[in-house]
Amino acid sequence: MTGTTRRISVTVNGTPRDEEVEVRLTLADFLRKRLGLTGTHLGCEHGVCGACTVLVDGMSARSCLMLAVQADDCDITTVEGIAPSKDVLHPLQEAFRDHHGLQCGFCTAGILTTLVEFLRDNPSPSEGEVREAISGNLCRCTGYQGIVDAALDAARRLREAGGAAR
Amino acid sequence: MKPPPFSYHTPQSVAEAVALLGSLDNARLLAGGQSLMPMLNMRYAQPDHLIDLARVAGLDRIEGRDGGLEIGAMVRQRSVEFSEDVRRLCPLLAEAIRFVGHRQTRNRGTVGGSIAHCDSAAEIPTVCAALEATIRIEGPSGWREIPFREFPAGYLMSSLAPDEVLVSLYLPVWAAGHGHGFEEFARRHGDFAIVSAAALLETNKDGRIARAALAIGGAGAAPVRIDAVETELVGRAGEREAFAAAADLCSGIEAYDDIHASGKYRRHLARVLALRAFTKAWSRAVGGPA
Repeated sequence: MTGTTRRISVTVNGTPRDEEVEVRLTLADFLRKRLGLTGTHLGCEHGVCGACTVLVDGMSARSCLMLAVQADDCDITTVEGIAPSKDVLHPLQEAFRDHHGLQCGFCTAGILTTLVEFLRDNPSPSEGEVREAISGNLCRCTGYQGIVDAALDAARRLREAGGAAR
Repeated sequence: MKPPPFSYHTPQSVAEAVALLGSLDNARLLAGGQSLMPMLNMRYAQPDHLIDLARVAGLDRIEGRDGGLEIGAMVRQRSVEFSEDVRRLCPLLAEAIRFVGHRQTRNRGTVGGSIAHCDSAAEIPTVCAALEATIRIEGPSGWREIPFREFPAGYLMSSLAPDEVLVSLYLPVWAAGHGHGFEEFARRHGDFAIVSAAALLETNKDGRIARAALAIGGAGAAPVRIDAVETELVGRAGEREAFAAAADLCSGIEAYDDIHASGKYRRHLARVLALRAFTKAWSRAVGGPA
């Protein structure tokens, strides 16, 4: 199989999608432009800022460093898909609100998706581990302290919820 | 910043990938994409054809072979990080892999991609240099194996022919209970090293050094193995003066100037990091098997 367009099947935030895409289209642009999921932000478009981080089969990845065709048969979760329902925030989102974990909000989507994976793998992290986990995400507003506080608090909330939330 | 137009190919076997490389003009292999995708987005690379190795069978295994460890080219860096075999047989790689990029890039980035990209500051090639890894390559006339030190051909250039595919990496395993140390200086965690040092030590029954190896990454065009540390250290007691003398062997290495550091500073870092890496390796070697 070759060519400059290709048909892909992906599941995005639980919804199966079957789309014909240009092979050079990045996953980030596919999510934003084709599917209208503009919660995924594009900062640097060369894999430095981390703003475009999404979960690919549950693993964090930079959607500017993946082609949409590479996501064929994958399960994608974007920031729009992390809350349990339309009216209930994910414990990480609640903690970010409570601890001023964001100011302009540009980096937030990438940090939230990164931390969803991180707290799943490491439910009781140290502050240092949180800082290492988000070392691939640039924030120019907060100085990171609010983000780290929020992540540690979210970890506590998730532990108390007994892993009921994702 | 968007990738330039190209045709996309998804071979199912190495032979098919080799055939595609041989028949298409201006083709590039895509492994995990964590270096190639930025190069495409910034249009440093403008291939007419992209050959994605993701669906090639058999490149994603970590296996014991001939007393060593064979790692398929498409093994994700994250899989290395979590591999029990890597931790047990090759703890140097297990330690170094935590310095490779960030969680988000290790989830996608591959071992083969990192080696083929030939960035001198990358951690996996530096480990390959220290361990005298062997690189297995397949081309139109079959496969060949070359020692890692012959693999880099210059800055960001490998000695792969245009119609060859890097299929795996073979790491010889040191004796159980050997000590390892990986040290790196970078502006922030996850950045490429300005300089890194990978050290290995084995002890003998008398508590002296039986075997030693050192590689420095990030200083020159490719990671360099400081072979002379073996003669310097073998037979000596594991004392600071011995390790300092071994680290001093780095003072003459090729080191370049760039925006991050001068060559002089890189040589200084090489010595300091080598001393730290040896010290760590020694404490682990005398601490007994982990």
